[in-house]
Amino acid sequence: MTDATAPAPAGDVLLRVENLVKHYPVRVGVLVKREVASVKAVDGVDLELRRGETLGLVGETGSGKSTLARYIAGLHPVTSGHITFDGRDITNLPRQKMQPFRRDIQMIFQDPYGSLNPRRRVGSIIGDPFTVHKIASGDKRKRLVQELMERVGLNPEHYNRFPAEFSGGQRQRIGVARALALRPKLIICDEPVSALDVSIQAQILNLLEDLQSDFGLTYLFIAHDLSVVRHVSDRVAVMYLGKLAETGETGDVYSSGRHPYTQALLAAAPAADPDEADSRQRIILVGDVPSPLLPPPGCRFHPRCPKAQELCSQVVPPLEVKSGDPETHRTACHFPVETGEDLARAADMLRDRAEPGLG
Amino acid sequence: MSLTEVQTVGTSVEAASVQSIAGRSPWQLAWRRLRSDKVAVASGIVILLLCLVAVFAPLIADATGKSYAEQFRDTGLTNQGLPVGPSGQFWFGTDDLGRDIFIRVIYGARISLFVGLSSTAIAVIAGVIVGLYAGYFGGAVDAVLARFTDTVLAFPYLLLAIALAALFGPNLWMVIGVIAFFSWAALSRIVRGQTLSLKEKEYVEAARAIGSSPLRIMFIDILPNVMAPVIVIATLLVPSAIVFEATLSFLGVGVVPPTPSWGNMISDSLSWYTTSWWFLIFPSAALLVTTLAFNLLGDGIRDALDPQTERIFAGRRRRKKSLPIEGPALVEPPRPEVDEV
Repeated sequence: MTDATAPAPAGDVLLRVENLVKHYPVRVGVLVKREVASVKAVDGVDLELRRGETLGLVGETGSGKSTLARYIAGLHPVTSGHITFDGRDITNLPRQKMQPFRRDIQMIFQDPYGSLNPRRRVGSIIGDPFTVHKIASGDKRKRLVQELMERVGLNPEHYNRFPAEFSGGQRQRIGVARALALRPKLIICDEPVSALDVSIQAQILNLLEDLQSDFGLTYLFIAHDLSVVRHVSDRVAVMYLGKLAETGETGDVYSSGRHPYTQALLAAAPAADPDEADSRQRIILVGDVPSPLLPPPGCRFHPRCPKAQELCSQVVPPLEVKSGDPETHRTACHFPVETGEDLARAADMLRDRAEPGLG
Repeated sequence: MSLTEVQTVGTSVEAASVQSIAGRSPWQLAWRRLRSDKVAVASGIVILLLCLVAVFAPLIADATGKSYAEQFRDTGLTNQGLPVGPSGQFWFGTDDLGRDIFIRVIYGARISLFVGLSSTAIAVIAGVIVGLYAGYFGGAVDAVLARFTDTVLAFPYLLLAIALAALFGPNLWMVIGVIAFFSWAALSRIVRGQTLSLKEKEYVEAARAIGSSPLRIMFIDILPNVMAPVIVIATLLVPSAIVFEATLSFLGVGVVPPTPSWGNMISDSLSWYTTSWWFLIFPSAALLVTTLAFNLLGDGIRDALDPQTERIFAGRRRRKKSLPIEGPALVEPPRPEVDEV
C-alpha cells in the first residue's frame, strides 16, 4: 500500500469508469407519470483503477460514493456512461452475462450486523459463492471455507455458528472471507471499518493489507475517515455531490490539495497531537451540502467556496491537471488553491457575509 | 440438539461453569421458550392425542366392533325410537339412526384434521410462493399478483363455496380446494410485506453481489427470515379451516352422509337436541376443543417466536424471569393482520 519500500503498483488499467451518470427520476401523476425532477446521484464521474493499487474514494454523506460503488459492482443499473473491467464493457449487463464477472469483482459492506443473514450459519454464508458458481460442494466446500476462515483470523471450528454469536470485528472478517472466496481481482470496500471501534479498525485494515499482498488484490476503498484513507490508499479521489473534485496520488492530495473542498476536508480531520491541533486553522464552510435534486449551476461547490467568483456559477470546471502539478493530480476548479494560500481567513469572511452576527 | 441435551445444557448454564458452549440457533431458542409455555404444551398434547385418535379410528372401531355407519336399531334406540344416552355400551350415546356417536366423532376427527391440515398446507405453499414473487420482483409482477390477491380476498367465501358445491356436487377434494383458495391470500399479503422490507437488507445486496439467482435469494436468504410469521399464521389457519369445513358440512355442501363430519352431525342434531342433548354436545365439544387447542398452540408459537415483555391481554401468561431463555426474536414486530388472524 503506502509503504515507501514497496514498488509502485505497475499495472495496466483494471477498471475504467467513463462519464458515469445516474439520475433517479422523480415522477408525479396518478395513471400517467411525468418526470418533474431527478436526483442526480452521480453526475459524470471518470475513474481509473490500476491492477494492484488501492484507490481511496472520500466524500461526505450524500456525495454519491457508496452508490458509485454499487454501480461498479453491478448492483444497480446506471443511466449512462461506461464501466470497463479488464478491457470488457460491463455497463448494465443482464444478470446472466454479469455472472462470470461476479467472480472477479466482489464487495465488502459497511454494516457488519446487516450484511450477514442472521438466519444462516457462517459456513453457509462464506461458502455461498462456491455453491452459486458451482465450484465446490460438500466436504470440499467445507474445507475451502475453513481455510478461508483461518486466513482471515477466525476459528474454523466456528463453522456452524450463527452471525449473532460473533463480535462486530469478527463479522467483518466473515464478510472479508466471503468476498475473498472466489479469489476476485477487485474488491470494493464500502466503508469496511466505519462501524467498528478504533482498535478493531486497525486489525481489519492490517488484514486487508496482508490479503492484498498475498492475493494480488486491487481495492476501491470508500470511506469518510480521511486518516484511514491516507493509511491504505495509493491514490485518492474526492467526491462532492456526485462529481469528482480532485484525484491524485495520496501524498500529493494530502500535502497540496488544490481544490478548496479538499483543503476544508483535510483541515477538518482531527489531529492526534493536541499542539498541532491547536495551531491548525479550521476552514469552516458556509451552509450545508445542497440537495442532489437541485444542484447548484456551474461548479457544485461554489455557494460554499471561499474562492468562488462569477465564472464558478456559470461554467462546470473540468477535471484537469493544474499548472505545477504532476500528471496524475487532477482538480476540478477554476481557481485552485495555490501553495501558501490561507483559506481559513477567506472562509471566515464569507461566513460573516452570509451569516452576519454569528460568531 | 435433543430435548435431553438442551435440558442438561440449560442446568449447567445456570451453574455458570465453563461447559462446551454449543451455538443455539434462533429456532432452538424458540423451541425452548415454547416448551416452557404450559398452555401451549397442553394444547400440543391435546392435538397429538386427537391426531392419534384420528389415525387409529378404524382400529378403534374394529376393537369396539362398531362402524360409523352401522345402525343399532335394537340396542341403540329406545322403544319409542329415540336415541339412547351415554352408557357403558355407547360412550357418547347414539344418534337418531342408532349410530354410535363416539365412533362417529372420532371419524369426524379424521375428516376435520385431514381437511384442516391439507388445505392449510396447500394455502401456505401457494401463499408463500405468491408473496415471495410479488415482494421480490415488484413492478409488473407485483402489480398483477397483488391485484389478484386483493380480488380473492374480496370474495364472499361462503357464498362462493355453496355455489361451487352446488355446481360440482359436494366432495372432499372440492372442500379442501375451496378452503385453500380462500386462505392463501391473507398469508401471501403478509409474506409480500415482509419480503418487500427484507429485500432492501444488506445481506440480500451481498447475495446479489455474489451472483445469487433471484430464486436462490428468495428461498435461501429471504424465506428463512419470513418463516416465523408464516408458521404462526399456518397454525392459526388450521382451526379456521376446520371450522370452515364444519360450516360447509353443516350447510350440507361439505362432507356427504353417511360419512360423519362434526358439521353434519351438528346439523342433524338440531331437531333432536331437546330430547337427546348428547347428540349436539359431543360433536360441538369436539369441534370446540380442537379449535381451541390449535388457537392456543398458535398463540404459544407466536410468543415463542416473538417474545415481548408485555402483550395486550397477555395477563394469563407471565414469563418466568429465572429461565435463561433469551435470544433474538424471529419475527419483525407483528403487523395488525397477524393478530387478527
